[in-house]
Amino acid sequence: MSLTYLEAICAAQAKALADDPRVFIYGQDVGAFGGAFKATKNLAKEFPGRVLDAPISEDAMVGAAIGAAMEGMRPIIEMQFADFSTTGLNQIVNQAATLFWRTQVPCPITIRLPAGGTPGGGPFHSQSLEAIYAHYPGLIVMTPGTAEDAYSMLLEAVAIDDPVIFCEHKYLYYHCKADGLPTEAMPVGKARIARAGRDLTIVAYSAMVQDSLAAADELAGEGAEIEVVDLRSIKPLDTDTVVASVARTGRLLSVGEAWPWGGVTAEVIARVATEGFGLLDAPPQRLNARDTPIPYHPNLWTAHRPTVRSIAAAARNLLRM
Amino acid sequence: MLQTLERQDAPAAAPSFRDQFLQGFKFMVLARLMDDKMASLYRGGKIHGGVFLGRGQEALSVSVGLSLKKGDVFAPLIRDGAGRLAFGEPILDAVRTYLGSALGPMRGRDGNVHRGHPRRGLLPMISHLGAMISVVNGVLMARRFKKMTGDVGAASIGDGATSTGSFHEALNQAAVEKLPLVLVVANNQFAYSTPNVRQFACAHLADKAAGYGVTAHEVDGTDLGACLQTVGQAVARARQGGGPQLVVAELLRLCGHGEHDDAHYIGTRLKASPLGRDCVPAAEERIWRQGWADEATTRRWRQEAAQLLEETVARVQREPAPDPYHEDWRALASRHLSEQFETYPVLETL
Repeated sequence: MSLTYLEAICAAQAKALADDPRVFIYGQDVGAFGGAFKATKNLAKEFPGRVLDAPISEDAMVGAAIGAAMEGMRPIIEMQFADFSTTGLNQIVNQAATLFWRTQVPCPITIRLPAGGTPGGGPFHSQSLEAIYAHYPGLIVMTPGTAEDAYSMLLEAVAIDDPVIFCEHKYLYYHCKADGLPTEAMPVGKARIARAGRDLTIVAYSAMVQDSLAAADELAGEGAEIEVVDLRSIKPLDTDTVVASVARTGRLLSVGEAWPWGGVTAEVIARVATEGFGLLDAPPQRLNARDTPIPYHPNLWTAHRPTVRSIAAAARNLLRM
Repeated sequence: MLQTLERQDAPAAAPSFRDQFLQGFKFMVLARLMDDKMASLYRGGKIHGGVFLGRGQEALSVSVGLSLKKGDVFAPLIRDGAGRLAFGEPILDAVRTYLGSALGPMRGRDGNVHRGHPRRGLLPMISHLGAMISVVNGVLMARRFKKMTGDVGAASIGDGATSTGSFHEALNQAAVEKLPLVLVVANNQFAYSTPNVRQFACAHLADKAAGYGVTAHEVDGTDLGACLQTVGQAVARARQGGGPQLVVAELLRLCGHGEHDDAHYIGTRLKASPLGRDCVPAAEERIWRQGWADEATTRRWRQEAAQLLEETVARVQREPAPDPYHEDWRALASRHLSEQFETYPVLETL
């Protein structure tokens, strides 16, 4: 039975609630309404009293999750949009991320961020904030790029004893499907070779994995074999798999939907340059969104972020270097 | 001596007002002496970072600590030395954290007032004001999930924190969830140097309670007896299912924001006003007046407290400082997920 990335997230939460009495879900409209994206559809009915509507108070939502986690609970917080998590930023980065280091008391909370752009989303419903969270010590940041990973990684996120920022891509919600629920999963922190190739490595995560695979298909028609590495989690970041891939291909294109300054694509290039400089046959390249807020109109939006076309073009350029 | 100054588990019967007052006074004296000692160590260059005192706030603070029972949760703020002792924090924890002992609860990773034991219900504050309130809410929500009833959570803040978004979000959250939260506001008239008039525009901070649908309590924060009664009532009411309680105490900070601050901005008229009354001698005078103890007795209590403090400081000063070579430089509980960066400073170069 096939299911979407969104349905996989809902199914993972249902399983977490069913398997572990310490789990509860707290977020705006997550109760009877089932969430803005229906990621908690029917869960309030199935698990009475454990899927709670929160006031529009991201700071207090995260603060409460931290307190509950100190008491041994395993809360899942749904931010309605990743963009709104900045209102809870202080609790996430200063309280949750530091708690274990300060006290040796773990802080097992999962914060789900519906992230990334969709046509018409505009500046405040489209952001990809994984780099901000990855910058802070004490957080794990997951960025699943497939429906299978969305399911298995969300279950891992709940099981992990640390705060996990779970970046789920809104475009993948409906456009990415799995044939069924996975029965086994790769360990957290391991990247996956999404497509093998020998001419060039594209390192991507989240929705950019799918776009990079499509670009690789396009380039295959031109005789280029592109390897696509799906990072899966950006913190920890699996440098070994990335460097091993670059060792095979000699060329690196680092792709991310987030803004260009610093961030994941820069981190990937920094690591390859530091640990695998001699493996490179050409200067490593990266492709990001433009350095402006995210535009609303689809004409502007598609020109703002990396697309299959622009990824393919960047890869072609790099192959000529 | 240690026995008499560390919080004993309450006997079956509730302590009499007199006993509670005397117990509170002893903690206040110890907290005041500790403040004086830390200030002196700070001036002697013996403390890394700041020193933040609770002078003038001991009566309120100790009332919070004494009103709570084992199993309750307390998120103190920076001027809660007395309340921490009354809640059961060993004086050793305080001194070790201030002096950066590797044996302290924070092991040199955080200092001064940033200490606690979440597993014992004492939450370690972060510096962002108002941020601890919703954490207390979360503890209380967890207790409800676990069907544990009868526990109360208390959080301390000052007048400045009432201006934060975190205060608003958390008090509203507690009200929506009908949590047994007691939020204690020490209106010490200044947030660092900013006076009330630049902090809020309502007539009284307690007026805010109505907007959240919570019960307000006001009290003279310089009066130990009044604080014990008012805070005690608020805690009892929360424990009985009355929902969140907002306690606002009026008092004056009898020191700077920290020991680096001479508080020149606090005017003499305010200091001479009833707000500026020092709660420690005021409580002592009442003890004498009531005939609960004579001058010689309170003097002896003070000497005992001073001796305990001196012994504790002397002990902690002989304890090891944290060692960067043996520090576990990982921020995650999931050790296997911690990344090993190549860019760490080489310890030999330190």
